[in-house]
Amino acid sequence: MRRLRSLALAVLPLAVALPLLLGLRAVAGPYLTIVLLDVGVNVILAVSLQVVNGFTGQFSLGHAGFMSVGAYTAAKVTLGLADVQLAFLPTAASDAVVFAGALAAGMAAAALAGLLVGLPSLRLRGDYLAIVTLGFGEIIRSVIENSPWLGGALGLTSLPLETGVVGVGLAVVATVVMAWRLLRSTQGRALLAIREDEVAAEAMGVDTTGYKVRAFVISAAFAGLAGGLVAHLIGSISPGNFGFVRSMEIVVMVVLGGLGSISGAVVAAAGLTVALELLREFQAYRMVAYALLLIVVMLARPQGLLGTRELWEPWRRRRTGGAA
Amino acid sequence: MTAGAAAPVLELRGVGVRFGGLRALADFDLALRPGELVGLIGPNGAGKTTAFNAITGVYAPTEGEVRVAGARVNGLRPHRICARGVARTFQNIRLFRELSALDNVRIACHAGARSGFFGAWLRTPHHRAEEARIHDRAVSYLEVLGLAGRRDELARQLPYGEQRRLEIARALATGPRVLCLDEPAAGMNGAEKVALMELIRGIRDRFGTAVLVIEHDMRLVMGVSERLLVLDHGVTIAEGPPAAVRRDPRVIEAYLGDAYLEERHLAPPPGDR
Repeated sequence: MRRLRSLALAVLPLAVALPLLLGLRAVAGPYLTIVLLDVGVNVILAVSLQVVNGFTGQFSLGHAGFMSVGAYTAAKVTLGLADVQLAFLPTAASDAVVFAGALAAGMAAAALAGLLVGLPSLRLRGDYLAIVTLGFGEIIRSVIENSPWLGGALGLTSLPLETGVVGVGLAVVATVVMAWRLLRSTQGRALLAIREDEVAAEAMGVDTTGYKVRAFVISAAFAGLAGGLVAHLIGSISPGNFGFVRSMEIVVMVVLGGLGSISGAVVAAAGLTVALELLREFQAYRMVAYALLLIVVMLARPQGLLGTRELWEPWRRRRTGGAA
Repeated sequence: MTAGAAAPVLELRGVGVRFGGLRALADFDLALRPGELVGLIGPNGAGKTTAFNAITGVYAPTEGEVRVAGARVNGLRPHRICARGVARTFQNIRLFRELSALDNVRIACHAGARSGFFGAWLRTPHHRAEEARIHDRAVSYLEVLGLAGRRDELARQLPYGEQRRLEIARALATGPRVLCLDEPAAGMNGAEKVALMELIRGIRDRFGTAVLVIEHDMRLVMGVSERLLVLDHGVTIAEGPPAAVRRDPRVIEAYLGDAYLEERHLAPPPGDR
């Protein structure tokens, strides 16, 4: 009984989300569906980057690199298993199982990449780490471009279109719950301690290098999840999808939402994705308007929309009186 | 604990720290027994904080050895030394400024946590029990330092004296055998300083922790410590009970120096400095 209860607690958010997502899938038209999928993927990316940039205070610029590792791994799995049909399941269910396995493989591969990049580079701080992660992103991209097995610069095409509202929705819930529970656990507080003062964290018994690497691995795994979803959303991927610009987009979402705020990252990711959609009307001036929007927001709220606060706690952490 | 002279919890033998050609600390010996309260004094730049950094692993000693409860800790990372039972505060307060007082202390309770990331994500019963334990422990340390009413305030919003106390609560929460306090009373007024020293003594009595205090205020440190160690230019120039150290002419010259003599309306010795 106790075991059952704890299991229920563990998966409760997903169980609550599932019927809502099924309802959403039923009512959303094709255009809304595409926007929702875009929003969902960006939320996963922003929230997962928040673990490194916001919680741990390390500046990573290579998120799209981890995303591409997940995307290519998942794509290779679904392509390789395209003709596999699990005998005891109907076709659709069998494909869904294969897809879930592909996403898990993508996460694992991205996590491994996170470990390989994190171990040597997380002894660096600030700008240096940013440059190393940026370099890593570019290395991944050019390795893929030059691997015929991965489709080279043209990428992989005719992937099964498995990504839907329900899958993305569940992934979003899983990512947000991951970040939320992490932030409220002793492990998450160790990450915050590193952000606040690395020397003091180390002196209080926090293995700073170990925790930084773990944060990196977690963040990379969820970027890999987003990558796997993206690959099966449009049915094709190419190295160009995962360049430096993509990494920057994610960093912008995190900074705009407020470093350290989960709901901030969600709001900023959703808001910017929708804004880019709405700005399509302006065609050539779209990116100009986008950039202006960013500049205005950053001038008005340099600490990000929500700072380190969450959406539902505007009163907390506000400066009192005139004290700086 | 065995009867008679207990084994030292912290032992330094011939410890030296060099930065290139600069010898910040030389041939430093110290043996701290359980429950002892020892003051480390000396003028600015004497090597007091360097000694702390060598003990806590911020710098690896270039010579000699540091033992905690008998085990050699030279060259271990600070978090490992902390796990062995050495906790510290910092001369310039280094709290986790944007976190609450409670979170500051909870982070220090972290070392024994066993549940890991997956436990946290799945909210396992084990993890929740551990979180509850950490929470209670942290609250009890806040109470010891008289900060129970401040638990939800951000560290940076606390008044200066409370920030100092919060740092001690945080260090204590790591469950140390040795507590190293780097100028805990700096910037406090006289009454606050006396209260703090009483508090430190109380902590020692209650937890049986050995305490090593760096302090600038001579009178204060003499009032509270059982033993003093005086450093000057990285060299230990005197050691012993406060009354004896106070009379040691080398200490008077090196540490009390001109200020002390002026206070007594005496002329500085000719040729000094």
